[in-house]
Amino acid sequence: MTVEPPGAPPQPKKLGGTLYRGREGMWSWVLHRITGVAIFFFLLVHILDTALVKVSPEAYNAVIGAYKTPIMGLGEIALVGAIGYHALNGLRIILIDFWSKGAKYQKTMFWSVIVLWVVLMAGFVPRQLMHIFGGDA
Amino acid sequence: MSETNVTIATIGSVRVPAPGSKYGRPARRPGRGINLEKWGWIYMRASGVLLAVLIFGHLFVNLVAGEGVKAIDFAFVAGKWADPFWIVWDMLLLWLALIHGANGMRTLVNDYATRPALRRILLGLILLATVALLVLGTLVLTTFDPCLGITPETASQIPQCVIE
Repeated sequence: MTVEPPGAPPQPKKLGGTLYRGREGMWSWVLHRITGVAIFFFLLVHILDTALVKVSPEAYNAVIGAYKTPIMGLGEIALVGAIGYHALNGLRIILIDFWSKGAKYQKTMFWSVIVLWVVLMAGFVPRQLMHIFGGDA
Repeated sequence: MSETNVTIATIGSVRVPAPGSKYGRPARRPGRGINLEKWGWIYMRASGVLLAVLIFGHLFVNLVAGEGVKAIDFAFVAGKWADPFWIVWDMLLLWLALIHGANGMRTLVNDYATRPALRRILLGLILLATVALLVLGTLVLTTFDPCLGITPETASQIPQCVIE
């Protein structure tokens, strides 16, 4: 990394080539925000649908039945993917904040998050597809 | 507020000022009560660690173990909440996750809602939704009745509700 001396012409505006913009640091932050918002809105709906257990078993079963359709089954994959990323990257943020070498290894940790996320999804997605498309078994 | 720009590093010919030395806001004046932003920051991390455990347990038991989402119905919930362990688990999830999410949304609103009136409205909505859902969720978890609407046909699914 080089630092331009004072008075140097301004650098062309591009996303790449800087320490943060367009790099792991920025994209991990963007993904953390997007997944966070998505999870928040799901949480609002999820508390409301669960509250139907106080109305009647039939009301709860009817609404929860909507979660068992193929479209919602795929939506649950997206939801678990968002939660998995947000949780793993959240732990990375905590390590950056509290581990003395956290900032130094933030890029390595970002790619570790991605690898762990892929492993997590490799475990979940086949199981979920089996449940939603696998018939009554 | 510090009066001078204290140099903490020099890269080439560039002096890097200490953080907060020139453009930073003044350090918090002492004796002005608790620093809520600091405690919010700490809360996000502390709750985040607990939530990572709670949410993966929740997802595993509900979506992976057994027959996954297909098995979820009133009887499934009644079976789980027959054990106080899962009531406590879900109560922790409810409070930690909703406050964590609401504080995250507050951060986004503060970042992106530049018009003060809009910002206040959005922050108010977040607070309203959070309080309402915390009350609702807590009531659901503490007053759940597994025998609600039980019939002789469904009684077999919920063992704790014996119909004479």
